[in-house]
Amino acid sequence: MKELIHRLGFPRLIILIFLICLLALAVYLKISLSDLVTDMLVRFGMNAILVLAMVPGIQAGIGINFNLPLGIICGLIGALISIEFKLTGFLGLFVSILIAVPLASIGGYLYGKMLNTIRGQEMTVGNYIGYSIVSFMCIFWLLAPFKSPELIWAYGGNGLRVTVSLESSMAHVLNNFLAFNIGRVTIPTGLLLFFALLAFIVWIYSQTNKGLSMKVAGSNEKFAISNGIDVDKQRIKGTIMSTVLAAIGIIVYSQSFGFLQLYNAPLYSAMPAAAAILIGGASLKRANIVHVIIGTLLFQSLLVVALPVINVISEGSMSEVIRVIVSNGIILYALTREGGKAA
Amino acid sequence: MDLLQIKNVSKSYDENRVLNNVSLSIKEGEIHGLVGENGAGKSTLMNILFGMPVIQSTGGFQGEIIFDGKEYRPTSPEEAMAVGIGMVHQEFMLIPGFTITENIKLNRERTTPTFLSKIFGKRLEKLDMEAMAKDAKEALNKLDMNVDEYLPVAGLPVGHMQFIEIAREIDKSKLKLLILDEPTAVLTESEASKFLDVIKRLSQMGISILFISHRLDEIKQVTDSITILRDGEVVASHKTEEIDVREIARLMVGRKVELSKRQDEKINIQDEDILIIKDLKVNMPGEEVKGLNLTVKRGEILGIGGLAGQGKLGIANGIMGLYKSSGTIIKDGKELPLNSPREVLKSSVAFLSEDRRGIGLLLDDSIEFNIAFSSLEIQEKFLKKVGSLKLIDKNKVREHAINMIKELDIRCTGPKQHVRSLSGGNQQKVCIARALSLNPDLLLVSEPTRGIDIGAKKLVLDTLVRLNREQGVTIIITSSELGELRQVAHRIAIIYDGKLAGILPPDASDEDFGLLMAGEDLEKVVN
Repeated sequence: MKELIHRLGFPRLIILIFLICLLALAVYLKISLSDLVTDMLVRFGMNAILVLAMVPGIQAGIGINFNLPLGIICGLIGALISIEFKLTGFLGLFVSILIAVPLASIGGYLYGKMLNTIRGQEMTVGNYIGYSIVSFMCIFWLLAPFKSPELIWAYGGNGLRVTVSLESSMAHVLNNFLAFNIGRVTIPTGLLLFFALLAFIVWIYSQTNKGLSMKVAGSNEKFAISNGIDVDKQRIKGTIMSTVLAAIGIIVYSQSFGFLQLYNAPLYSAMPAAAAILIGGASLKRANIVHVIIGTLLFQSLLVVALPVINVISEGSMSEVIRVIVSNGIILYALTREGGKAA
Repeated sequence: MDLLQIKNVSKSYDENRVLNNVSLSIKEGEIHGLVGENGAGKSTLMNILFGMPVIQSTGGFQGEIIFDGKEYRPTSPEEAMAVGIGMVHQEFMLIPGFTITENIKLNRERTTPTFLSKIFGKRLEKLDMEAMAKDAKEALNKLDMNVDEYLPVAGLPVGHMQFIEIAREIDKSKLKLLILDEPTAVLTESEASKFLDVIKRLSQMGISILFISHRLDEIKQVTDSITILRDGEVVASHKTEEIDVREIARLMVGRKVELSKRQDEKINIQDEDILIIKDLKVNMPGEEVKGLNLTVKRGEILGIGGLAGQGKLGIANGIMGLYKSSGTIIKDGKELPLNSPREVLKSSVAFLSEDRRGIGLLLDDSIEFNIAFSSLEIQEKFLKKVGSLKLIDKNKVREHAINMIKELDIRCTGPKQHVRSLSGGNQQKVCIARALSLNPDLLLVSEPTRGIDIGAKKLVLDTLVRLNREQGVTIIITSSELGELRQVAHRIAIIYDGKLAGILPPDASDEDFGLLMAGEDLEKVVN
């Protein structure tokens, strides 16, 4: 038993117990279990890529990439352009990604260059860069020359809507791809497969000589230098990968959600992703795919179950409050761990 | 009358005995020199005298100290200061943004009562700058210092800072014993000579001085008596006029280990230079190399020795390109690019860092990964091709690790064990295994036995010697422990002040080593 607790880790154990309690309560309150499981799977698939985006950053030594909004904005631009050209379905999705990836690469490269000049402060600075970029893009969304009536305010004029519906373009294309039912639980096969594909790419990269150089640069800079690794270059590489994954992640998230959220929405993306990977057992120096899967599953399940249960018991937006407490609390807990050891 | 009497003081850190029955006494107004190699126990003795917390937290010390007729057993520096012991540290303890006056009077400020202090207590009293400046001036005058006491310390020449530290100590009205820990190490020659004059003046004022220095001629010149420490024991205590520099040097180095004379084994040193270093300068903080010329023969083990801070560690780090360096390094007739670790590794040079845990290892990775990584990164070994990707071949890595573990006798639970949980000696062996995987023909080894227990030390050294004999690897071994260099090396280069002081055979006399390490010119002393 002690062995199990040790292997699982204390935070994961608490959250797991909390989750089981909530599930039991949900059954007691006659909330449909199959709906909950379906929701869990969808929420997992939606968020997992954004959480995956944390992995290359941590591996390359820039810590948690709090500047996820940068990649997310690139993803949003990709999606907007594809809608502007009235592309739908898979074509729309892939064109969005195709446009977003180079944008994110450029953004990640510049951001990585900057991070190399502010070693040791990556997470703080990342946060503020995130804020600045989101604010700057608020101006851009107002001035951008998009014409499609899907995108601009219904009453005309300039500027993009706060939320853009994807109903007529690419909503749920991945979720519905090869989807099937087990009992009353719907499996969003395409969504999960797409995550699996990206996770596999990140994993296989970490097994190549180039990926190993990046990991070593992240885990011991001096060791890396003495082995002839250009640490700055590896850090930039990790930042680019993280940003690109964030861009793809938001497109996948949006198609499942059914809406593109512009303006201030990207601000709130980094915290839950950071919380999820830390819950999964990653530290500020070490992260892998298993951490992503466990973390996302626990974190998102908690939200999915807590929301209906607490709304039945109490009133108002308690679930949102709980979510904020859990996610920020976990980040705080992980950051206070000595030397960034795994929480 | 003796001001300070230290009787049979012993001190151990864990199992490691660093002071063993040390006794010495200092008279009032006497200048007493304390010399010894690094690790001889000088700093520990100072720490005990000054009540540094590190002593208490590691279990205190045994023995007796009598200061000024009373038993003295300090538990904090404040206590030491209260009885009248002052210390000037090797590193300056001054606040750069404060003026000279403020630094001298720090924490002993003259104050005048104010309205607030009457309510809230003494800590809110107003500084009496004028009175403070007067005190400071007085202290500075005693040292013959002509400097504006209102100047900030930042930007002053190093020599001045040293004097300000001393001024701070003598400003304490009760000062009876002043401990100087290598005070001249950072001074220029003229500053140092002025400094020595000041010390003599202080002793005439009745202040006793305990003077620690590596510069033997200084010690000889200024002190009244000398105590020599070696391996935590007092080997000799003499009046200064009764002993000469050569004798001091001999006693200081001593013969620590009986040299196990090597049998007539085949020595495969070739008459070919594998490495030629010309005017190498390395900017490694604390271990600066300032223009080194050295040639290394193929097949030899060259030892590099010298005292800490003289630049011996900078050499290997400079060759590897880990610190900014300039000069020329020629390996196998080709010039080695500077400041490029990758190129150096590619030219069959491998490096074992003195900072084993920081630079030498990935502590949270497995033994097998640690062993394989360098050759994977530099020579693309241990990779398999899958399509256009080059993936790590875990089977090959495992196989290689198991071989290495067997060959070097690394004690572990298996190749997957994390390096952090290994003992120091076994960690060092993992480093050696990593270097060997590169098949180097030149191996740079820095402080290979630092922090390793005695049994493992021998194993590590034996491994290095075997590599040299059996595989013909040329080895440059840098170590603070002269004994160990004399055991394994064919020639020993002594570094002083960032330059080569001289090269000696391992069986040269103790005093020759001692003199070179203290920066004396061998020729000059002989004549």
